[in-house]
Amino acid sequence: MSEQAPIEKEEYNITVYTENHVGLLNRIAMIFTRRKINIDSLNTSPSEIEGIHRFNIVINETEEVVSKIARQIEKQVEVLKVYYNTNEDVIWQEMALYKVPTDIIAEKAKVERLLRENGARAVVIRKDYTVFETTGHREETDNLIKVLQPFGLIEFVRSARIAIIKGSDGFNRKLREFERDEPGQDAVENEFLNSRDKVFSM
Amino acid sequence: MLTQEKQAPALPETDTLLSGGQALLHALAEEGVDTIFGYPGGAIMPIYDALFDFPGNIQHVLVRHEQGGIHAGQGYARSSGKVGVVFATSGPGATNLITGLADALIDSTPLVCITGQVFAHLLGTDAFQEADVIGITTPVTKWNYQVTDATEIPEVLAKAFHIARTGRPGPVLIDITKNAQLQKFPFQGYKRCDHIRSYRPKPIVRPEYIAQAAELINSAQKPFVLWGQGVILGSAEQEFKAFLEKSGIPAAWTIMGAGALPSDHPQNVGMLGMHGNYGPNVMTNECDVLIAIGMRFDDRVTGRLDKYAKQAKIIHLDIDPAEIDKNVKTTVPVWGDCKETLPLLTQLVEAKQHTQWLAKFREFEQKEIDAVIREELFPASGEMTMGEVIQQLNELTKGEAIIVTDVGQHQMVACRYAKLNHTRSNITSGGLGTMGFALPAAIGAKFGALDRTVVAVIGDGGIQMTIQELGTIMQSGIDVKILILNNQFLGMVRQWQELFHERRYSFVDIQSPDYVQVAKGYGITGRKIDQREDLTGALQDMLAHPGSFLLEVMVTKENNVFPMVPQGCSVSEIRLK
Ligand SMILES: Cc1cc2nc3c(=O)[nH]c(=O)nc-3n(C[C@H](O)[C@H](O)[C@H](O)COP(=O)(O)OP(=O)(O)OC[C@H]3O[C@@H](n4cnc5c(N)ncnc54)[C@H](O)[C@@H]3O)c2cc1C
Ligand SMILES: Cc1ncc(C[n+]2csc(CCOP(=O)(O)OP(=O)(O)O)c2C)c(N)n1
Repeated sequence: MSEQAPIEKEEYNITVYTENHVGLLNRIAMIFTRRKINIDSLNTSPSEIEGIHRFNIVINETEEVVSKIARQIEKQVEVLKVYYNTNEDVIWQEMALYKVPTDIIAEKAKVERLLRENGARAVVIRKDYTVFETTGHREETDNLIKVLQPFGLIEFVRSARIAIIKGSDGFNRKLREFERDEPGQDAVENEFLNSRDKVFSM
Repeated sequence: MLTQEKQAPALPETDTLLSGGQALLHALAEEGVDTIFGYPGGAIMPIYDALFDFPGNIQHVLVRHEQGGIHAGQGYARSSGKVGVVFATSGPGATNLITGLADALIDSTPLVCITGQVFAHLLGTDAFQEADVIGITTPVTKWNYQVTDATEIPEVLAKAFHIARTGRPGPVLIDITKNAQLQKFPFQGYKRCDHIRSYRPKPIVRPEYIAQAAELINSAQKPFVLWGQGVILGSAEQEFKAFLEKSGIPAAWTIMGAGALPSDHPQNVGMLGMHGNYGPNVMTNECDVLIAIGMRFDDRVTGRLDKYAKQAKIIHLDIDPAEIDKNVKTTVPVWGDCKETLPLLTQLVEAKQHTQWLAKFREFEQKEIDAVIREELFPASGEMTMGEVIQQLNELTKGEAIIVTDVGQHQMVACRYAKLNHTRSNITSGGLGTMGFALPAAIGAKFGALDRTVVAVIGDGGIQMTIQELGTIMQSGIDVKILILNNQFLGMVRQWQELFHERRYSFVDIQSPDYVQVAKGYGITGRKIDQREDLTGALQDMLAHPGSFLLEVMVTKENNVFPMVPQGCSVSEIRLK
């Protein structure tokens, strides 16, 4: 074991399709806490299908760990399907809000320009403060904090990450499979059981 | 009374007004439940009230502690193959179940636990005996659910039983608020559940993996089967035997799998793991194809993973995809219920006899007999050993009894040496190692298998953890043979202190009460012996006694269980002394 190069951790986007059930958030979160793994970002939302929920979870781990966690999540009774993807395999976005004193923006044309350059958009403008919004990758939203800091940034908040899987054709057909008494193989099984060699290392 | 045929009462007509409590009992009756282990309290009183004159034949066993109740439920499930049912009240009643839930989850035991909960409108107000039972039990249940409206009860119970008993079985907990137990609603009948869209109890069997596995087995020179509890959980004992006998492969067991194949079957080469037999451990690192059937490569079985069977191709038959590659990377994963996969595999494997390879195991066995077993089972002099007690018990039961063990040295000795002719005959707390398990589990095991003799083998430490369940025996009149192997130590911990902590015996010197007197107080006949010449007679007394009997055997104080794979070592570094 010691001769092998350390296996790199990287950011993984875990997508979970579930029933809408009280307590499921806890059941999923527990799988991470039990292994002392920090969840970097967690978003729950409806999916494209009514009644089916979608979790987007981001963790920084090795693929071996992520694949095992994915199976443990999928084992939960109310979980329909779990996917995990690296950042290359998803389109992802995070949204951020920035609250800045309005007078400063009014005084300094430079700030206007900076905001525009960073793709920010004013969502509320009041006499005392203005709230801007940007959407993008972490570096982009982080960057704007640095830009605004010298001008008296009052408050900042960033949302959890949401991600769409590039290679996915949605969940509708799969769900219909699940509803049958004898669903087909690809609905029932983990996709990553087919790529075990790639996944596993010990 | 106990042997009476159980019949479910007719279901009430549609639209009959039932209380939630009554609906619950009808659901249990429809699921074929004949025995409940429970303890009442404020928040579950409406259910107990409904039970008072419920027309069905459901018997309720009043335990002395909810932990006893749930271990009894586990024992019942393990001996009968049915779902164990447990009742407890809210707050402390529910929290007393936690150890048993964790035990049942890790050992895949099907249970449905019903807990009372405070009125729904009081949830979250720190009401009297309120605890966040759903929150607390989430990590230790396969599924849990809180019912706040009586109309949900039939459907939720149907789901609970389906989830508990299918796939990889496990404990389910249903928390029912008091208002829902009281609420009257027009009963719409009961329909058993056989499909939940988000729940796939069995992965689909893939013929290509069966074929690959058969190919590996057919070309193997030194194939070796490891089997575990999955064979028992899948009721696949016959299919397993057929596979073994056609393929001719030697097979060894985990303690949870013990008994699935009779102890004296010629291909049964013994126990795996830390205190398992010499041959199976050494051969794990010599075989060329390792076939694991319904076992999860627990660390007590594998020892050091990076030195575990590295030379072998590995075939893993398991129903739970999360077990595949979890600890040991497999060459061919045969996921599916082994009741289905084994016959498919048997079809494709060539009929063979691995006579020479099997003989190698017997050579190792001889070494182990010379170094350890003879002295343990047939000591010529000195104080009694645990092994000779089990050996004498074998002589008398002929391997027909159910052996329930607690946790510690006596557990390892009983598992190693007990003769088992039948499946579902070795009931022990494997994954969690819960001291205090044996006495209540034995009570439950007897309720689940009334026609069999149940012997609980317990240490002087473990018996004191749940000794109050003697009261359950007294009141229910159940027949359990209690065999205390008293070495006046917390023996297993003492062994580790001796071997790995320079004999610094830190707080393992445990005193015992006069067990015979204690038993007498509960109306149970008892006897204590410390002389070898009394052993056979005392065991005969115990087995022949009509009803429960407690036998305390004083055994040598500082005996160690060997062989042993020390923690952090490879299975092939197993020590004979
Ligand atoms: C003090 C102490 C010492 C111990 N020492 C040892 C030791 O020396 N040797 C030993 O063996 N154990 C030992 N144990 C027990 C050990 O901790 C584990 O509990 C045990 O090894 C697990 O056995 P298992 O994998 O067969 O069973 P389980 O843990 O019950 O696993 C069963 C497996 O079968 C699968 N399965 C279930 N149903 C099916 C089905 N229908 N078809 C296919 N697969 C199925 C499950 O998914 C799971 O993977 C010890 C325990 C204690 C407390
Ligand atoms: C509830 C619980 N607490 C502590 C332990 C740790 N433990 C494992 S074996 C053992 C000693 C058991 O002593 P005893 O019951 O006398 O059996 P013996 O080993 O002497 O046969 C202890 C304390 C445990 N397994 N379970």
